[in-house]
Amino acid sequence: MEAADALASRPRRSAGRRLADLFHGRPGLQVGSLLSGPVAWLVVGYLGSLAVLLAAAFWNVSALTGEVSQTFSLDNFKTLVTEPVYRTIAWRTIRVASLVTITDALLAFPIAFYMAKVASPRARSALVVAVLMPLWSFYLVKVYAWRTILSAGGALNWALEPLGINGPGYGTTAVWLVMSYLWLPYMIIPIYAGLERIPDSLLSASEDLGASPFTTFRRVILPLAFPAVVAGSIFTFSLTMGDYITPTLVSNNQFIGNVVFNNITNNLPLASAFACVPIIVMIIYLLVARRLGAFEHL
Amino acid sequence: MRLSTRSKLLLRLAVGVGLAFIYIPLIVIAIYAFNSSTLLEWPPPGLTTAWFPKAVEDSSVRDAFLTSMKVGLVATTIALFLGTLASLAVARHRFFGRETVSFLVILPIALPGIVTGVALSDTFTQVLGVSLSLLTVIIGHATFCIVVVYNNVIARLRRSAPSIDEASADLGADPWQTFRYVTLPAMRTALVAGALLAFALSFDEIIVTLFTIGAGQETLPIWIFNNLFRPNQVPIVNAVAVIVVLLSILPVYLAHRLTREEEGVAGARAGGPSIAEATATP
Amino acid sequence: MCAAGLVAILFAAGCGSSSSSNRNTDMAQSVGKGEGQLDLIAWQYYVGNPWKTDFEKQTGCQVNVKVAGTSDEMVQLMRTGQYDGVSASGNASARLVEAGDVSPVNVNLVPNYKTIFPDLKDQPYNTFDGTHYGIPHGRGANILMWNTDAVKPAPKSWDVILDPKKAAQYKGKISAYDDPIYIADAAVYLKAHQPDLGIDNPYELTEDQFNAAVDLLKQQRPNVGEYWSNALKQISAFANGDDEVGTTWQYQYFVLRDKGEPVAASPASQGFVPKEGATGWSDTWMISSSAAHPNCMYKWMNFIVSPKANAEVAQVFGEAPAQSKACEPNTLTAAAKADGYPVNPKFCDEYHAGDPSFWKRVYYWQTPLADCGNGSSDCMDYNDWVSAWTEIKG
Repeated sequence: MEAADALASRPRRSAGRRLADLFHGRPGLQVGSLLSGPVAWLVVGYLGSLAVLLAAAFWNVSALTGEVSQTFSLDNFKTLVTEPVYRTIAWRTIRVASLVTITDALLAFPIAFYMAKVASPRARSALVVAVLMPLWSFYLVKVYAWRTILSAGGALNWALEPLGINGPGYGTTAVWLVMSYLWLPYMIIPIYAGLERIPDSLLSASEDLGASPFTTFRRVILPLAFPAVVAGSIFTFSLTMGDYITPTLVSNNQFIGNVVFNNITNNLPLASAFACVPIIVMIIYLLVARRLGAFEHL
Repeated sequence: MRLSTRSKLLLRLAVGVGLAFIYIPLIVIAIYAFNSSTLLEWPPPGLTTAWFPKAVEDSSVRDAFLTSMKVGLVATTIALFLGTLASLAVARHRFFGRETVSFLVILPIALPGIVTGVALSDTFTQVLGVSLSLLTVIIGHATFCIVVVYNNVIARLRRSAPSIDEASADLGADPWQTFRYVTLPAMRTALVAGALLAFALSFDEIIVTLFTIGAGQETLPIWIFNNLFRPNQVPIVNAVAVIVVLLSILPVYLAHRLTREEEGVAGARAGGPSIAEATATP
Repeated sequence: MCAAGLVAILFAAGCGSSSSSNRNTDMAQSVGKGEGQLDLIAWQYYVGNPWKTDFEKQTGCQVNVKVAGTSDEMVQLMRTGQYDGVSASGNASARLVEAGDVSPVNVNLVPNYKTIFPDLKDQPYNTFDGTHYGIPHGRGANILMWNTDAVKPAPKSWDVILDPKKAAQYKGKISAYDDPIYIADAAVYLKAHQPDLGIDNPYELTEDQFNAAVDLLKQQRPNVGEYWSNALKQISAFANGDDEVGTTWQYQYFVLRDKGEPVAASPASQGFVPKEGATGWSDTWMISSSAAHPNCMYKWMNFIVSPKANAEVAQVFGEAPAQSKACEPNTLTAAAKADGYPVNPKFCDEYHAGDPSFWKRVYYWQTPLADCGNGSSDCMDYNDWVSAWTEIKG
């Protein structure tokens, strides 16, 4: 109180101080003003846009004019459930997303571990740069490069020729390969950050207690790094779920993104309805990931 | 941690395989940038360096590059602003819906790009009746870049105790001074790292951009999209990619050094590297 | 709470459809001064240099172009009402007219229209109920191309890619067009090979006819190497040996041939397309009913079918020009030089620009509608085609 009186009795108060007084002791106002911008942007702008899009899932479209008739109906969802091709495509997408996630986790972990715990500081800097650089070489250019690598007369078959075998060519395997390639940096970095956070003293302690490196790995490192792996998996999974460009360039099989894309202009209601699949899957995935502590490792 | 020689060898091998996997396609891209034919055959019939000067002189490349820079800078600024606000709110206060904010912030980047792109595009053109332009692209990019800044800043805020801010207040600083002289400097690396990654995301973004960009405008990924489908332009596209990757080495390295140096203050190993954390979200 | 309220408002607002407040479906009676700007939707390469710069210099209308990859995209973009015009194929034009997204075109205001090839005028894809809705741009056929080293003997029929037994010979090497409209190609094939189905117009199919065509494509599916939706994809596929035979546009064929690849297409002795005929496309410039710059659009429509410009774009894209005067030798030469292409005085002949008998065997793309055109309305509409295509590709 005395301090407040002392402050209040000061002859000149800058606008800044007066404004600060306004916020003082009013946490609600503080939070409100901090959050108003982001919330307006994300809730009103982003969620609002999503709502507009998803509302269309319940509508129908005229084949001739393409006009959307806004009468509520569940036809689109019925189509998705009854026509087997949509189930096939959805399942294929989820399967590939899972495989890509597992592949990237397996590829990323050794690299991240080496960077975090084994490399000298110089080597670590070099590796960080080396892992981040591919992110700047443009998604489309990378996919096109893979397209040529996987083609019948491409680099992969050319390299495998002396062994007498052929590469997988285009198809779902190609999509798995390319996507594992594209999203690998997004898996390496969170795992690296997560491993970096494990104090060396912890590992020494484990050693001192008689654990072999493998046991330390299994019982100390892995559990501590797991949330980071989940964090990285959020991106490998979601990026695979929604991509339509890679499947178009290296396979004939359709993924969820392709169906949505092909139907947007002509049958937006059906596209919206099908888009609910990856949205729901990702929301569930995020909730699980949050439970596993991944959000602290993003 | 002490590893047996054999384990170390296996680890090195795994790292080597991983790095080879990462870099072989990039080498292929580089080789095609020197390809004398425009037909993308393998092996290339001949090599030439002619595409690089062509890429640099091409006005559409330069325009697209500038457009990408513009969009990236503005989107990053907006994301910095909104992301910092949100993380300050979540890290330093308790309120109803606190848990939801991190969830909300990550949605734009976790949901498929095509969903975000179509939703925003339809809202702009159908609901708001505005035409698509660079502004709509910027809005789209800023939306999914917020999470990158938010994650970095909040990680930093969680690690630094609020007691420092309280001490500043005790010493007579008003909240703005505290923010300016105490909080902000402590967040600096997180902001830099977040900004760098947000910029990188915006620079390489294609799907949301395709749906939100207006007639006649091109960011660099859109330029690539348009030109990868033109047979005579393909080597130029590859040359552009090589140039950008090489250009990126310096800023990435500098950002890494910058954030590493600051780590000494925040607490070495336990603190973790900012640039790496920053780049944790694509 | 505020946020929820705002969301609700947005939701309600979202229930309004396109911004069609300033639509004008009247036909213009005169062309005034240019408005200084023109926003177009076009196929790749339709709006490019040197003719784009020439147009801008001549008229002062600065051109912005949004390149669309499919007719569906074009229809959707036009619906936003933010563009002045579009180069519509036949499987877009009817939809645009029905939706009121385009206005009739007063051909008297387009002097170069007079010398357009007569068999392009008053066609069902650009003239509706006797009213002209656009200016023809150019046309092409979807031809059969094959790798001469791999495919022997030279195929004379589409059965090499559509007959299940024959197509199996080239399993994994067949190239098909990645669009629902490709179902019409199967219908063209069945028209000749299963006449008892009674197929007449490959875009007006009853359920039985449609199912037969779809089944044929489902049987083709395991043999397809790649479905292509842009020229470079197919060019690289043929050059790399991924594909050896398939449907293509003249553009890809000439690019591959000029690069020395061993490709061939149906020769003159067969009328340049396999014996069953082929699908094709004829594109029309149409003016938006919400055009903000109608004068510039009329100027563009006249310019793009002026002899030199039409010759230039036809040679860059690889299609038959709509303008008869574009085929005059001097014009062709000047255009080729301006494009930076080798001069080819036989260009119009190669593309059959002035040869109506060639086009009689070509079924231009048109929008499949429920209206069969013969009194009944039980034909499959475009939504059915799109769903079927999803099933075919799997």
